[in-house]
Amino acid sequence: MSSIPIEYFLILSAFMFVVGITGVLIRRNAIVVFMCIELMLNSANLTLVTFSSYLGNPIGQIFVFFVMTVAAAEAAVGLAIIIAVFRNKLTVNIDEINIFKW
Amino acid sequence: MINYIYLTVLLPLIGFVINGLFGSKIKNEKVIGIIGSSTVGIAFLVTLFAFFETLNLPVENRSNTVELFTWLNVAGLNIKFAYLVDQLSLTMSLIVTGVGFLIHVYSIGYMHGDKGFWRFFAYLNLFIFAMMNLVLGDNFVVLFLGWEGVGLCSYLLIGFWYDRKFEKGTVPQAAKKAFVVNRIGDFGFLLGMFLIYYTFDSLNFNEVFHKAASFPVSEATFGLIAIFLFIGATGKSAQIPLFVWLPDAMAGPTPVSALIHAATMVTAGVYMVSRAAIIFASAPTVMMIVAVIGLLTALMAATIGLVQNDIKKVLAYSTVSQLGYMFLAAGVGAFSASIFHVMTHAFFKALLFLGAGSVIHGMHEEQNIQRYGGLKKYMPKTYVTFFIATLAIAGIPGLSGFFSKDEILWYSYANGGFLFWFIGVITAMMTAFYMFRLLSLTFYGKERFDHHHVHPHESPSVMTVPLMILAFFSVVGGYIGIPEVFSGEHGNLFHNWLEPVYAPAIARLNSFGSHSNLEEILLMIISVALALTSIYFAIKIYTQKPEIAEKISTRFKRLYTILLNKYYVDEIYEAAVVQPIQKGSEKILWKFTDNMIIDGAVNGIAKIVDASSGLIRKIQNGIAQFYAIIMLLGIALVLLWIILSI
Repeated sequence: MSSIPIEYFLILSAFMFVVGITGVLIRRNAIVVFMCIELMLNSANLTLVTFSSYLGNPIGQIFVFFVMTVAAAEAAVGLAIIIAVFRNKLTVNIDEINIFKW
Repeated sequence: MINYIYLTVLLPLIGFVINGLFGSKIKNEKVIGIIGSSTVGIAFLVTLFAFFETLNLPVENRSNTVELFTWLNVAGLNIKFAYLVDQLSLTMSLIVTGVGFLIHVYSIGYMHGDKGFWRFFAYLNLFIFAMMNLVLGDNFVVLFLGWEGVGLCSYLLIGFWYDRKFEKGTVPQAAKKAFVVNRIGDFGFLLGMFLIYYTFDSLNFNEVFHKAASFPVSEATFGLIAIFLFIGATGKSAQIPLFVWLPDAMAGPTPVSALIHAATMVTAGVYMVSRAAIIFASAPTVMMIVAVIGLLTALMAATIGLVQNDIKKVLAYSTVSQLGYMFLAAGVGAFSASIFHVMTHAFFKALLFLGAGSVIHGMHEEQNIQRYGGLKKYMPKTYVTFFIATLAIAGIPGLSGFFSKDEILWYSYANGGFLFWFIGVITAMMTAFYMFRLLSLTFYGKERFDHHHVHPHESPSVMTVPLMILAFFSVVGGYIGIPEVFSGEHGNLFHNWLEPVYAPAIARLNSFGSHSNLEEILLMIISVALALTSIYFAIKIYTQKPEIAEKISTRFKRLYTILLNKYYVDEIYEAAVVQPIQKGSEKILWKFTDNMIIDGAVNGIAKIVDASSGLIRKIQNGIAQFYAIIMLLGIALVLLWIILSI
């Protein structure tokens, strides 16, 4: 484990984060956007675990458990919202869900 | 009992609360009337006990303060809620609760069947509460509390029959007029209070008057304070130039006119002036103004009273005129004489108003004396009591009005000069004349009412008994103030009783001119002779030869019209004050300031915000991802800034 340099983990994490952000910003399907958000969360988790392991401090890993718990709850709520939106508008294309404006 | 003097204030307040809150639920008029009257009756008894207790004290201990609680304590201003029980306040309290009680009882009969019966008694009790604060207060602030309170009650009671018409307008208009005119006076009173605090650093009577008597304060300051206080008094006590509200106050029920607009509230100004005697005595110029205003008011109101045809209007102008006498007395330094006249006037004028109420009651709300006549045989009790009161106000020797009025005339001669006395006597003559004109037109002569529609009848005893009691006091009330000329070594009892209150003021006034007893008796005989002559002519003209009155009025048509229209004072005020204010408010304040400047500023700001936000609100396009990009850019910028700043 210690043979792999820390940069590898961090680069992977950053890459995942950028993929997530890009997805959130450019994809039109709400489900995909949602999955990208999960990706961002997990990249953050990866960073936390990495530092935790390298610094020998378990707090980072405990933090990850919290993030995962919150992510699970958020997933449930988020999916419920998407289903509710779909029932109303018969679409999950977020370009068409834009009634909150001037 | 002195320490329980607060009961005289508390009980009427309790009566007000009970009748005010639950009166509409208590359907029984008797219960409401008994609650309303008994609270005032008990207050009278308490005052009476306190009076006798004070009477038994040695003279130097007769001024007592009853402290209840600290009312205000801010930044060095310490106002105690306290009552000053001394000779002057006890005299006033006895008048207020005593006459007030009788009028409460009378009202049970007079207001019988009125839909606002409970409301009436609630207001009356509230009035007594306020009035007692006014006369008992031991500092200017408590006095002012009562001062405003009685003004409020006056407003409420003048407007009591708020759905009725009154003369050219409505009853609420009359009430509003009284309130607004009083406010003008109150403003002066407030300024006077501010100036007192500024000068003497206190508002407590004892402190202020003590400092006024011993501190070196310029006469100009005293003059300014006195003139402000006097402006307040002219408002409350209906003197020139603020007397116009009192005749209109007759829109209220007659017991209200008797209680508030004859016996008690309108004398508040006289009370205040005589309470602050030392301040007035220190400003001779203002004393002169007070005397002259009083004299002019007395004369002017009496001349108007000569030709009025509404029974209550005659009495209203008579009240204004008698109040003028009281200020004349105060102005020439005869403070105790003015309070003496307050007392006797309370008896006979309350009696006159209540008698008038009894007549109006028996004549089915008719108030025009030209449509009365010959009522003597229908209302014997009302007639006899009314007759006694008329004799008293006319100044017939042996009745209370004679003693008080002659004392005032004597002092105005001794301290003011011949002219004061002369105008005073002329006014007294007119008073005798218009009062006997009223008496003749009402009770003597031909019956001028329509027998088919009007059946005059005597009032119930709940109304006539108070009349008789008041008649009794109208006769004997004067004997406590027999002038020194007659009473010899004992001197004037009433004067001796009040003397300690005025001692500092009297000491400061220039010494009275000395005149012989013979002179005093001679003047007395002249004024009585003149009064008797005018009584003779009044009865002669108005019972036997009404055509003479007719002839005189056509002969002096212009003068008659001027008097009938009350010197056009209302019209002049309307044109000179009311209209400019209304027009000015409309044109300048409303249409220009409010509509253009204030509304323009408010609407202008709204328009600017609306226009500028129209440009930038396009950013908010509803697409969540657009917001996310903005957010990302923001975060990136913040991160960049953090990194660069390291």
